[in-house]
Amino acid sequence: MSHELNMTRLLSERPRRAVLECGSDELIESVARLLEAGFRLALVGARHDEAVIEIVYLFVDGPPDQRIELRVLLDARQPRIPSIAHLNYSASRFEREMYDLFGVQPIGHPQLRRLVLHQHWPRGWHPMRHDAGPQPSMNADADAFPFAPVEGPGIYEIPVGPVHAGVIEPGHFRFWVLGETIVRMKARLWFVHKGIERLFEGRDLDFALNLAEKISGDSAVSHSLAFVQAVEEALGVEVGPRANELRAVLLELERLYNHVADVGALCNDVGFGLANARALTLRERLLTLNDSVTGHRLLRGGVHYGGATLRTLPTREELEDIATQFHELVALARSNSIVMDRFTGTGVLTIDQARDLGVLGVVARASGLHDDARVSQPFVELPASFHRVTRDVGDVLSRFEVRCDEVDVSLRLLADLVSREGPLDVRGDEVEIREGHGTGIAEGWRGAVVHRVHFGPGGILSRVKIVDPSFFAWPALPLALSDTIVPDFPLVNKSFNLSYAGNDL
Amino acid sequence: MNGLTHVLTQVLVALFQVAAVAVGGPLLLGLMRKVRSRLEGRAGAPIHQPLLDLRKLFAKQRMRPRDSSWVFGAGPVVLVATVVAVTAVSPLVSASPPLGQSSDFFAVVFVLLLGSVLLALSALDTGTAFGGMGSSRSMTIGALCEPALLVAILAMAIAARTSNLPALVRVGISHPAVIASPARILALASFLVVILAESGRLPVDNPSTHLELTMIHEAMVLEYSGADLGLIILGESMRLVFLLGLFVNLFVPWGVADRPGVLFVGLGLLALVAKVCAVGATIAVFEVFTAKLRLFRLPELLAGGFVLALLGALTAVVR
Repeated sequence: MSHELNMTRLLSERPRRAVLECGSDELIESVARLLEAGFRLALVGARHDEAVIEIVYLFVDGPPDQRIELRVLLDARQPRIPSIAHLNYSASRFEREMYDLFGVQPIGHPQLRRLVLHQHWPRGWHPMRHDAGPQPSMNADADAFPFAPVEGPGIYEIPVGPVHAGVIEPGHFRFWVLGETIVRMKARLWFVHKGIERLFEGRDLDFALNLAEKISGDSAVSHSLAFVQAVEEALGVEVGPRANELRAVLLELERLYNHVADVGALCNDVGFGLANARALTLRERLLTLNDSVTGHRLLRGGVHYGGATLRTLPTREELEDIATQFHELVALARSNSIVMDRFTGTGVLTIDQARDLGVLGVVARASGLHDDARVSQPFVELPASFHRVTRDVGDVLSRFEVRCDEVDVSLRLLADLVSREGPLDVRGDEVEIREGHGTGIAEGWRGAVVHRVHFGPGGILSRVKIVDPSFFAWPALPLALSDTIVPDFPLVNKSFNLSYAGNDL
Repeated sequence: MNGLTHVLTQVLVALFQVAAVAVGGPLLLGLMRKVRSRLEGRAGAPIHQPLLDLRKLFAKQRMRPRDSSWVFGAGPVVLVATVVAVTAVSPLVSASPPLGQSSDFFAVVFVLLLGSVLLALSALDTGTAFGGMGSSRSMTIGALCEPALLVAILAMAIAARTSNLPALVRVGISHPAVIASPARILALASFLVVILAESGRLPVDNPSTHLELTMIHEAMVLEYSGADLGLIILGESMRLVFLLGLFVNLFVPWGVADRPGVLFVGLGLLALVAKVCAVGATIAVFEVFTAKLRLFRLPELLAGGFVLALLGALTAVVR
């Protein structure tokens, strides 16, 4: 009864932060009400603590930035929880992840199969439980992945990967093809699962920040910023506006070099190497700029607890020059009719599909969804020139155009940020470590990166849960491939450009 | 005595043509890559890099898939052998090559086709999905190219009243008006489209891609390594030079050695090198500014080639 009252009050008052203790039996209804009220399920994380397993469901909405956590405590000896898979697709995958790593049994899950751990991991051994013990020996049946059979006259199967002809991360793709048309595609990931969340546990803050920068190499700022924000919230550290401006500069610089590289790579995938060569030249210029700003080409070391440190800021003239160079690149790509023909209508992800799967970032905005954590969970004041870039077709061209326009918006935002006065080195007071928990959300170039940290008694870092936007977007790739031909797959895949490291963790 | 000298000269000319094409093939690849690199603002590898690559590949250990049969090993050998055979008897350096009387345009095309077919079979022989995919795509393109090519040859043959290759080249030298005829021009345009498609160049296939699923030609040879791969690269590059050599000699025959003598053969080689390099560099420039067509758009391109050839044949008939 008390829970019922709380939920009603919560939805009318809409506080910035709230934690709601929730019994197993009340979970489904609470989740349904939050989703109905427009909240997005951003994270589901479990934590093993002696006799209990704590499950946290993080719901976010904005603007204004609101984060509501539902907390359910389970008996660690037999953890069972009602599944909310029928309410939210992403939840079904979070539940499978918890089932693999913690042995939490989601009751009523429609398709409870392994997700994170491949088939050769022994049954009943859950590596994130504190009583898991040393790693037992692996089973040999590494190939026993339950691919759904696709049968019919003329259908044949193409297995691709996990080792590819180019230097890219590992993923296995299984295609069922009729002629050249893809009937069905299934991606098998988690080949680079390295237990990175567990590596955070019990470590000091310096080590943890260093690790956060390396979760996904191309998202050093997004992940370290989300992590640092989560730690600051947990420890009650206030961050001033100047530090946040410097952090925003880093976040946009990261978006720039990645989007520019993607624009070139998309052209390269349709055999237009000229545009790629131009894009790589521009990317190199941006990496050199990054190096002068932070001392690291991939922007490591700029964000730290309580502040941020930059060496220099890009000048407005340099930003304008980069914009000119980028516009030439985009004009070159657009002037090639074969390139535009290859992009147009290829790999369509409809707005309904994107919404149903909870897709975020560039992919979602190309399908017509508006969500952008820079607006919904803002940490810096945005100029009037800032706007969210969207398209409504959801094909490769839309994702290409969203990237192109976001580069422009980023450059304008940067021009505004660098014109604000203030020091380049902002350091907070010495952080006092204590018990607590917090969340951090940063709109990286792929989409919103979410971290949740928990400090146990004595201020020991006892749990870090990481959600990369790729985790939400990977299931969308097979949907976008329906009616696509096999030779267009690499192009569609590149237009999504999802992270393997960020997904596999 | 005179007969023996004649035979010896002919053998020497044949060997000379094969040697020129064998060295020229990899060098042409290197040249085309160099042109592309420079236009893209990159330094690029040296022009002789493909020759160095071949030396490396031929020194490597031979690896063959466990379940493959003799077809897999025969593919590269037959590919090179067919190109060598047609090179020896075709008017590349000399307008009077050995066995010139039997050097028929139709025969040459079908001998070359033998190499392509065996390569497609050896790709199937490995039993991998990529091999099958590459073979299927390659044969589809081949099936669309052949009609255009045959009609193009027909157009030239009708106009010159012979399908004998040396005669087709010589008629260009003695009667330049034949080259300027609509039949010859349309047929050669169609021939060029077929050359681009058959040798896996843009906009049909991207020779420098690493994306397995988009490959056509590269997908067929994914399982090859070492000397086998070296033979395939050599054979493919020789075929490109051979086809381009035929193209330029049919279009701009001047410079081809039309009488015996070391001087004329030397001049013939220089002319061939200059002409093939010019066409190869032009193709490379074209490739920089184009992109790869969607697979299902290829029939439109190749149908265009067929129409050109057909128009050529029609103008030849009604003349």
